Amino acid sequence: MINRKTEPAIKDAVDFNLHLKNFEYFELDNGVPVYAINAGAQEVVLAEWVFYAGNWYEEKNIVAATANHLLKNGTVGKNAFAINEHFEFYGAYLNRNCYNETANITLHALTRHLPELLPVVAEIISDSVFPEEELAIYQQNQKQRLKVNLKKCDFVANRLIDEYVYGLSHPYGKYTTMADYDALQRDEVARFYNRFYSKGKCILFVAGKLPADIQAQLNNAFGKLPLNKETLPIVQHAQVLAIQKKYNVVNDEAGVQGAVRLARPFPNRHHADFPKVQVLNNIFGGYFGSRLMSNIREDKGYTYGIHSHIQNHIQNTALLVSTEAGRDVCAATINEVYNEMKVLREELVDEEELHLVRNYMMGTILGDLDGPFQIIARWKNYILNNLTEDYFYNSINTIKTISAEELRELANKYLVPDDYFELVVV
Amino acid sequence: MMQFNRFVLDNGLRVLVHEDNSTPMAVVNVMYDVGARDEDPSKTGFAHLFEHLMFGGSIHIPEYDEPLQRAGGENNAYTTNDLTNYYCQLPAENIETAFWLESDRMLSLAFSKKSLDVQRKVVCEEFKEHYINKPYGDVWHKLRELAYTTHPYRWMTIGKELSHIEHAHLDDVKHFFFKHYRPVNAILVVAGNVKTEDIKRLAEKWFGDIPMGEKYNRHLPQEPKQQAARLIEVHADVPLDAFYKTWHMASRLEKGYYVTDLLSEILGGGASSRMFQALVKEKKLFSNLDCYHFGTVEKGLLAVEGKLVKGVKMEDVEKAVNEEIEKIKAEPVTEIELQKVKNKTESIIAFEDMTIMSRANSLAFYELLGNANLMNEELAKYHEVTSGDILACSQEILDEKNSNTMHYFSRN
Repeated sequence: MINRKTEPAIKDAVDFNLHLKNFEYFELDNGVPVYAINAGAQEVVLAEWVFYAGNWYEEKNIVAATANHLLKNGTVGKNAFAINEHFEFYGAYLNRNCYNETANITLHALTRHLPELLPVVAEIISDSVFPEEELAIYQQNQKQRLKVNLKKCDFVANRLIDEYVYGLSHPYGKYTTMADYDALQRDEVARFYNRFYSKGKCILFVAGKLPADIQAQLNNAFGKLPLNKETLPIVQHAQVLAIQKKYNVVNDEAGVQGAVRLARPFPNRHHADFPKVQVLNNIFGGYFGSRLMSNIREDKGYTYGIHSHIQNHIQNTALLVSTEAGRDVCAATINEVYNEMKVLREELVDEEELHLVRNYMMGTILGDLDGPFQIIARWKNYILNNLTEDYFYNSINTIKTISAEELRELANKYLVPDDYFELVVV
Repeated sequence: MMQFNRFVLDNGLRVLVHEDNSTPMAVVNVMYDVGARDEDPSKTGFAHLFEHLMFGGSIHIPEYDEPLQRAGGENNAYTTNDLTNYYCQLPAENIETAFWLESDRMLSLAFSKKSLDVQRKVVCEEFKEHYINKPYGDVWHKLRELAYTTHPYRWMTIGKELSHIEHAHLDDVKHFFFKHYRPVNAILVVAGNVKTEDIKRLAEKWFGDIPMGEKYNRHLPQEPKQQAARLIEVHADVPLDAFYKTWHMASRLEKGYYVTDLLSEILGGGASSRMFQALVKEKKLFSNLDCYHFGTVEKGLLAVEGKLVKGVKMEDVEKAVNEEIEKIKAEPVTEIELQKVKNKTESIIAFEDMTIMSRANSLAFYELLGNANLMNEELAKYHEVTSGDILACSQEILDEKNSNTMHYFSRN
């Protein structure tokens, strides 16, 4: 008979020697830097063009996101249908996303189709025309989408909590209204595009099973574009914290759940506490076995899920707790979150739990480093945040060595209810 | 070409191993041949609630997650109308921890009252979060009931109503477990940095002595062929009118499944698809439009849905959708359209196969369908589809008599 009560011996994940595969680096003729990870078994590739074209640089709300969204909607030589048909014909996915500092274009494709696809991406970067009619359709459809989203308590709560932490005039805190869509002008969008895409600052990331001539392919398509010539404007935005700390919003009288958000400002990745608080955050609300999940979901059943995380921002960021809980237990949920903060401030995390969290985090990183797309995503994050591989090894070292005393100290610094904005949206 | 080895334990547990030494990780995937379709109509939502209970402690192990996390692992699970799947990923060196955990909960759960009490509440919150507290959250509850009069695809995996979950008893839980969660109804797939001989040894060691159980033979009531179009009107507190239309389609292994999959892509699978171009971009009737199918094992549904541009009338969108339907029934699709959706399918398969987790999941699913090697034959089946097949399939399934429509009106 086997002994089912004793768990099999394990190799401690903290003993794993984690290694971050290095990228290959080269520059195109126009100076655009390219970071490449050549790995993987499938004949697929991911290319990502990152532009410094986020809402950080817009002068009017939603211009940056609109320019980004309409990149696929017409160039000098192709209308929206032709562009979409071209990428879809080759089974490729061309997406674009707008963030705060940056905005991107991503291409997922079979490696063998790159020669047909890259020139059209170049066309999008240099020759987009933003037809009036495409803008009008976009305005109408985005307004409809916004209308539906405004009915959702989680959507409304996410907007409001950012407003409290950063302020409505800050790129991390502002959000879009119907009036913003109405006020959009084609010329503003085109001007933003010219400055921040066509003549913008671009960094290129590629990963997957790369063709032998990847460098030549990229250079032929993008090496002559007038990118990275002009220096970026220096733009500052002041973070303005709300004065009031607690909010209750009724968005839907008939709502059966409330979206609960608790948030406090938090420094960025360059602060020495950042990697340490990532460990603390894991214990607090960062994984399935966290204190918040164990108590509020697995013991009390107030919610389907509750999480805490540090927002992914380049500048000053925020530590955030979020959940959707039954309407009648929102207040009890908030109380329990504060109780868990208190426990972490007053009691030392015991060795068994700390050991588990160390192993869990190491195992997760090991899994995250599996595959070329994951590796390039990690590098991209470091590069855009102006970090080196030292950050990776320092984080690993922190996970392996942080003590219970340090964690309690950090809890006393960062898990203090008075510092938190508190919001419930029903 | 996906390589794998397959063997069956004496108790009927099917084991598949996919070796990939390019990763330091391993995935252990256990699929049970039970889903929401196997539920009693008066106790719906049970397969899914049960999935939650599988994390509430097993006979020898009080807590599932902790030891796995200690071994550097992560896990999750999902329930569909057809099946229930549990998977974990961990460093390959620690794979035995996963065998220990998965085998113990296949041997027997702890059947804790506390776990049932809490998970009932958790699932009720999940129900509210996704289906009550969201605009249009009730659409598929209503449309399934309209489209299926008899077959248990009538209800969603979350369940027909909250009360079914609230009234679940511990006796139901035990009965369900010993009926469905037996080795003979399960498939174990291990993928990653492993060797088949080691997996054989571990499978015998941990799963070999679990009683076989009785093979569950499914005798579900079959949906009679629909004879007349059905329509339902809903008025709700949502900001926009919405239009939904579905048609019954072939089951997963029939040729018609592959044809319909491509058909749905041609109709509405992307920004260059027919309906998107005609109805969103040119006629500006919808602010968004999707065309998709449910991918179910038994006869499923092909669906078109979209939100109406404010001011547009329901009868106008209905007419415009029908025009597109009539067009595809009247003339073969072009070779370029067909090539496009085949290329897209090839690329979807290549991207899906990138992670060992997804490969393990697919192997288990195809084994459940009857033959894991089907995974390697999929692409060829799509390539075989001709424009003539698409024309014939359109004429067969896109028949008004085979359709169920929902007009969802904004009360505002």
